[in-house]
Amino acid sequence: MFLLTKTKQVSNLFSRAFSPLYEFFVAILDMLFGIIQRLVGVRGMPYVFVLPNLLIFGIFILFPMLLNFLYAFTGGSSFLPLERPWVGPANFERLLLCENYLEPRTCSEDLFWRAIYNTIGYVFFQVALMVLFSLLTALILNRNLKARGFFRGVFFYPVLLSPIVVALIWKWILQENGLINGILTSLGRDKIPFLVNAQWAQILIILISVWAFMGFYTLILLAGLQSIPADLYEAAALDGANAWQSFSRITMPLLMPTMVVVLVLSLIRAVQVFDIVFAFTGGGPGTATLYLVQYIYNYGFSSPNKQFGLAAAASLLMAGVLIVLTVIQMLAQREEN
Amino acid sequence: MKKVFALFLLVAVLLSACAPAATPAPLATEVPAPTTVPATAVPTEVPPTMVPVELRFTYYADGVEADVMQPLLDKFMAENPGITVVLDVVPYKTIDEQLPVQLESGAGPDLARITNFGAYKTKLLDLRPILADSAYYEANFPAPILEALNYGGFPDTLTVTGPYVNKTLFDQASIALPGEGATWQEWTEATDKVAKATGVQYAIAIDRTGHRFAGPAMSMGATLINAENGFTVDTPGFRAFAEIVKGWHDQGLTPKEVWLGAEPVNSCIAAFKSGQLVMCMSGSWQINGVAKDVGDAFDWVVVPNPSGEGGSTGIAGGSAVVAFASSKHPAEVAKLMEFLIKAENYSAFSAGTLALPAHKEVAAQGVEFKTDNPLVLAALAAYTKEVSKLTDQAVSLNVHPYAFAYYRNSANRIAQYLTGELTLDEMLVNLQQDIDKAIAEAQK
Amino acid sequence: MNSTLSYLTRKKGGKKLGLTDVLSYVYLISGVVIMFGPILWLILSSFKTSGEIVKFPPRFLPYRQQTAVVEGYPEPLPLYSVTLADGTTQTLAQVRRVGLEAQLVDPVNPGNLIKVNINQRQPLESVYFGLENYKEGIESFNFGLYLWNSIVVTVTATLLTLLVNSMAAFALSKYKFRGRQTIFMVMISTLMVPLSVVLVPVFLVITNVGWNNNLLGIIVPAAATPTGVFLLRQYMLTIPDELIDAARIDGASEWRIYSQIILPLAKPALAVLTIFSVMWRWNDFLWPLIVLSRSEYFTLQVGLASFQGELNVQWNLILAMTVLTLLPITFIFGLLQENITTGIATTGLK
Repeated sequence: MFLLTKTKQVSNLFSRAFSPLYEFFVAILDMLFGIIQRLVGVRGMPYVFVLPNLLIFGIFILFPMLLNFLYAFTGGSSFLPLERPWVGPANFERLLLCENYLEPRTCSEDLFWRAIYNTIGYVFFQVALMVLFSLLTALILNRNLKARGFFRGVFFYPVLLSPIVVALIWKWILQENGLINGILTSLGRDKIPFLVNAQWAQILIILISVWAFMGFYTLILLAGLQSIPADLYEAAALDGANAWQSFSRITMPLLMPTMVVVLVLSLIRAVQVFDIVFAFTGGGPGTATLYLVQYIYNYGFSSPNKQFGLAAAASLLMAGVLIVLTVIQMLAQREEN
Repeated sequence: MKKVFALFLLVAVLLSACAPAATPAPLATEVPAPTTVPATAVPTEVPPTMVPVELRFTYYADGVEADVMQPLLDKFMAENPGITVVLDVVPYKTIDEQLPVQLESGAGPDLARITNFGAYKTKLLDLRPILADSAYYEANFPAPILEALNYGGFPDTLTVTGPYVNKTLFDQASIALPGEGATWQEWTEATDKVAKATGVQYAIAIDRTGHRFAGPAMSMGATLINAENGFTVDTPGFRAFAEIVKGWHDQGLTPKEVWLGAEPVNSCIAAFKSGQLVMCMSGSWQINGVAKDVGDAFDWVVVPNPSGEGGSTGIAGGSAVVAFASSKHPAEVAKLMEFLIKAENYSAFSAGTLALPAHKEVAAQGVEFKTDNPLVLAALAAYTKEVSKLTDQAVSLNVHPYAFAYYRNSANRIAQYLTGELTLDEMLVNLQQDIDKAIAEAQK
Repeated sequence: MNSTLSYLTRKKGGKKLGLTDVLSYVYLISGVVIMFGPILWLILSSFKTSGEIVKFPPRFLPYRQQTAVVEGYPEPLPLYSVTLADGTTQTLAQVRRVGLEAQLVDPVNPGNLIKVNINQRQPLESVYFGLENYKEGIESFNFGLYLWNSIVVTVTATLLTLLVNSMAAFALSKYKFRGRQTIFMVMISTLMVPLSVVLVPVFLVITNVGWNNNLLGIIVPAAATPTGVFLLRQYMLTIPDELIDAARIDGASEWRIYSQIILPLAKPALAVLTIFSVMWRWNDFLWPLIVLSRSEYFTLQVGLASFQGELNVQWNLILAMTVLTLLPITFIFGLLQENITTGIATTGLK
């Protein structure tokens, strides 16, 4: 509390010192944009506003994504597109050539298919657990409890950590000679091979992702909960509804739009999972936690003999699927509205 | 909150004044002034001797190398006032993944410390015509390495793979160390007995990389490099050692995290240092760290590589300091190279980093390693002996242009075999395909 | 059933501590342990020596062996608790160790050399929060410079992001113009594609622009985040158009509408974007690693990674430096916790 008042004082001090300056700059920009507006007219102004963002976006995001097509249809290990020989759809053929699509080992690029199946499993369980835990936490934080702000902060804190640090911390705890196994041995139990057993590794990756991001979704759900008018519950209580009834008839339906947001956001993040896994298991043991983005990264950047074409082809296939998913989701939302 | 925001906006407005779409020059002034300006900015008509030249040296360190290299560079700069050398210590990842791409895009440094000898061929600067005494350079380093480097640099360290053994545990179990000529099978049994007798968790392990794996495989008769200078992995020796390592995993003799975990560097040495592992097949670069971290806890020794049908060989390795053809200051680069390969400077580096010298004159003189730890001196002597036993295959693997395609892919594929995802046959087929595809792609 | 489930619903002004309250507190307090425990362990580990870090089983607190200055020996000697042949234990200082035998002296009476089996001595240790790892870490890389770079990148990138994103979001939410739908759809569709899969082409673009080894190379490209535009646009849609119309009638310029009406009203959304941008930029690792290879431009995260060699990882230094990189963001969060969490909550992200 003391700190809070202190920061307020400091910021007040700052803004008092700077506000004349601020006013000055606002005035200058006013003039500048006034001139622009006179040149392009009110109708031209939206273009002026959107331009800086669009330029950066076009040059550094969109254009590189389009360049990926060029890489995908060329081969060789050169990084300069013009020095790469044209190979047509060869890279796609390599990726998609399978005797039996359900059996990765029969595929020409067996790792690509393993990565796909691993990613599907991860996304499904991670999203389910993420929604479940954030909902539970949000419901509890929405109750009339002491130190709510503090607890809210606690659950949010890991969101601020870099994925590399998250992986480092957990590896440090779960490794064979780590904290948990130390505790187990001192209790006379056997060590558990957390990181080297395929099932454990897959489960832990999911739990750690939930640990790292759930605070964010909890806050969103909390906001959704708080926007539900309290008198609805009071009315339900008067009608003799029990706790479960008011949860299932009031809370859940009214929370649905927020849930959809959470679902979509966590789905996008889950499909893109990379840094945490990369630093935590490196895709192992074997290929148990090899997910799509890491597959692409391994071929495109980290391999000593880089196969940019294959990586680009894989990323285009992935982007295609993702865009289809987004569109489906948008259509679904539109239906709902 | 309102006012804090106003402050943000103020700076935002400040920034917008220089319109992000237009030149972002005012932003750049906030960046701490780089020291690079003069080298490229000065027009060419100025006599080159008057221009202070800056050389960029991209460097990675496993331990104290950068701390040993910096004083040497300081000495060089004191002798050559017109030249500044900036040591950019980067993560190894950058050297491994980023440097090749940077060079291709024309944004590379003047020099670098690398490990992938075959990867840069055409991009290296041929030192022979520009060194004052090229004969000295060519005479003092192993010819295969210089050829692999296209005479664009020199090996600053020489490493060799070989096993570390916890001698104290053998003593406590009253079991004698298997002597020279013992096989991997015999070592497996001996270390297993020691582990059981002393209550230590693990008996034996090997680093996760095709590099360390190759030595034992070759000792057991594998011929990894075929007559066409390509790779053939499916040989009886390779199979035999793969089965031995699989046996370690299945019987619980080995810490599984080494091959199945995600340590950026998957080495068994951490388990060895903690006293939980009797034998760790790693290499000479670990000496410094082992001595420091084990301290007084137990006695350790380096034993000869176990034998088999193919002899008893480790794999050569090491790093090299190379110069790039894209450098704008070849004359200054040559000066620095001359300085670094001078016997006294090279020797100082080896002594400070406890690395085996790859420099013939230095090796002949002997290096006065900066340690008085008898275990370290014994280990250095043991590894020196291993260097003399290297087979031709073991030497040529290290300088093979696609060695890294084999190293990396074999680590991943063998791990799949160890977890049971792939059978031995499947693993060998897949590994062979991976290597072939990588080489084919690189040759397109 | 009722009582266990009632905690799932909102409760108003409940005074007495029911079972559900107890369960809630149990959940929240175990939450504190699970969320903060790992970080506490990281902090404790960061004080350990590189030798202690690999010891098993690990100990919670960092220890150092006690030493004593003994007459006749220039260096302080490590102390051990030794079980002597007659069964008594005594504190002795070790002079040297030869194989399985340790040679020790009594620190008070150093004349007499005592030889024992190494198994009969236990090191005397005490809890010690030494700053050696921190000192060595800071000294072995240019900490001050990397910190400065990280701050420059984080602050300028965040300001730039706020500015360009809010301008674009304003245009996309408050104007009807040709191409609006197309621009928005293209941005949204790239929302799903992770940066890691386009590293190669982005690097190519950066190199051609000449921002390789330049802080601009990591500040500018990420500034146009589709996420930010999306978030701000969704929020600005909820601001009533009547305000804008009224301002136009009063003769306000479009820029004035943006800066004087929209921005102040979009403050909660801007606050959320601020913390996200700070977080993204401060923690960004892969991208700076690729763009920057000259040490004068390194950010903290890249500098941290250089403790990883090909063959060795200097764990003690990595842990200590990681703790240092956590400090600023933790500090900011501690100060602004209330603002940040309520900010995210009130944006609602509709």
